[in-house]
Amino acid sequence: MSVLVYTENWDGKFKKLTLELVSYAAAVAKMTGSSVTALSIGKVDESELRKLGNYGAQKILSADADQLSVFDSQAYAAIISEAAIKQGAKIIVISNNNTGKAVAPRLSVRLKAGVGSGVSKLPLDINPFTVYKRTYSGNVFAHVVIKSDIKILTLAQNSFDPAETPNNAAIEKFDVHSEILPGKTKRRDIQKQSGKILLTDADIVVSGGRGMKSPDNWAPLVELASALGGATACSRPVSDEGWRPNEEHTGQTGKIIAPNVYIAVGISGATQHLAGISSSKYIVAINTDKDAPIFEAAQYGIVGDAMKVLPKLVAAVKELKK
Amino acid sequence: MKILVCISNVPDTTTKIKLAEGNSTIDTAGIQWVINPWDELSLTRALELRDDAASGIKSVTVAHVGPASSEPVIRKALAIGADEAIRVNANSPDAYYVAAQLAEVIKKEQFDIILCGIESSDYNGSLVGGMISEFLGIPSASGVSGIKIENGTAVVTRDIDGGKEILEMPVPFVAVVQKGIAKEPKIAAMRGIMLARTKQIKVYEPSAVEPLTNISVLEKPAPRSACRFIDAENPGQLIDLLRNEAKVI
Repeated sequence: MSVLVYTENWDGKFKKLTLELVSYAAAVAKMTGSSVTALSIGKVDESELRKLGNYGAQKILSADADQLSVFDSQAYAAIISEAAIKQGAKIIVISNNNTGKAVAPRLSVRLKAGVGSGVSKLPLDINPFTVYKRTYSGNVFAHVVIKSDIKILTLAQNSFDPAETPNNAAIEKFDVHSEILPGKTKRRDIQKQSGKILLTDADIVVSGGRGMKSPDNWAPLVELASALGGATACSRPVSDEGWRPNEEHTGQTGKIIAPNVYIAVGISGATQHLAGISSSKYIVAINTDKDAPIFEAAQYGIVGDAMKVLPKLVAAVKELKK
Repeated sequence: MKILVCISNVPDTTTKIKLAEGNSTIDTAGIQWVINPWDELSLTRALELRDDAASGIKSVTVAHVGPASSEPVIRKALAIGADEAIRVNANSPDAYYVAAQLAEVIKKEQFDIILCGIESSDYNGSLVGGMISEFLGIPSASGVSGIKIENGTAVVTRDIDGGKEILEMPVPFVAVVQKGIAKEPKIAAMRGIMLARTKQIKVYEPSAVEPLTNISVLEKPAPRSACRFIDAENPGQLIDLLRNEAKVI
């Protein structure tokens, strides 16, 4: 019942989420008395691949044909399923990020394998194989029984702590069939910002709502995020008004995030907003209205004017980091 | 070209969900059912394209897997402006089952562009669109936040980590759609509502497909601990608590 984990890379480097995945796969393998094989697709150098061993992979497969540097869900699903079959994997672990959401459903059909999507903890049981899954946008959790022989688990980001133990895992080259190389989709353009912490990767997020009153008031909020080494986010009305870019919108129809701490400034806490942030480990609310529903979701709260509170918080963080 | 929009019906997103029947299902009493928000935006964009003569899109069809009781949601899609509607007469036990049924419909009816929402707000699976494309063996683009037709070619914008990618997609293809695809969901006008009443909904009986998963139990999340309030005059205390108590900064 070996476990296969697909370890995505970004320009040849793994991220914290990759290590979370491998550690998660190792914990699942322990439950089922099996071992973990990691599959890397694209060019990743050996020292980077070795890291996967330190987080629990016993074997590392590297499919590094040049053509594979551009992501294609059909080709990637074909490669992962080929690896799963060759390894006799009964459990496949993938991230629930954009890539995982594109690949996991294709794998499911190829392998007739049921998916436990967006899981945030270890399986509840292995017989019957039961996973714990967020539904109704975080208002209800479901015990989902996966009945198929092969099971796919997509892991929510920042829901499992990576655990490092030095281990010298074997690295093997994985040859890819030419017939499964990328298809007919043509990439016309790619626009990418570099150097910025991605909202979905951030451990700390400072987010502003309509209570910020004007896009001109964002400077202290951005400053707090940067002092904390975090990312900025916003509520839906703020992105709809064009005060902040669309990709900052967190909430049911925007990004679903689970940082270690989410600081909601001037956000009242509508159900749809909470749907995007309720998996955060800690929620902090800063709002002038003491009856705002956000305080019911928060562990720490300040009733006060953001414009007065934020500069003081920035000063306190700077003092701390001295 | 023809567009298919796959629609799911979900409880209105402000619903406070209650559980029923020994926590095996939700209590549907009093629930207002709506078109899944991403599906509604997909439909809006599909209709904008159809209404633009230069796009070459001739018709927009909606398809739904559900029992007869879910027809009000299909009528709503027709009222908003869909030309045709298909319902597969079955419950939806899991994503695999639903995607298999929709793929069968697409094989029979032939569409060029298939739009699916990134997830349904009830099951939050993010699976059906990708599964349909694999059942049909056709390309897909996920995280799609824009779609237009330029001289007969479908140009799709998809969000990737830290940016955007612009793709030219060969038809037929599946676009898994998220926020940004359309600004505001289109609202049904009176004329549309009247027209929708007389439109036929084509009903297919389901193919035999074995679901791969089932939900055994539902539970409400554990309530969070009460909020601890910090004096607005001394917010530095918050930073101290985040560092020393929560240990998150």
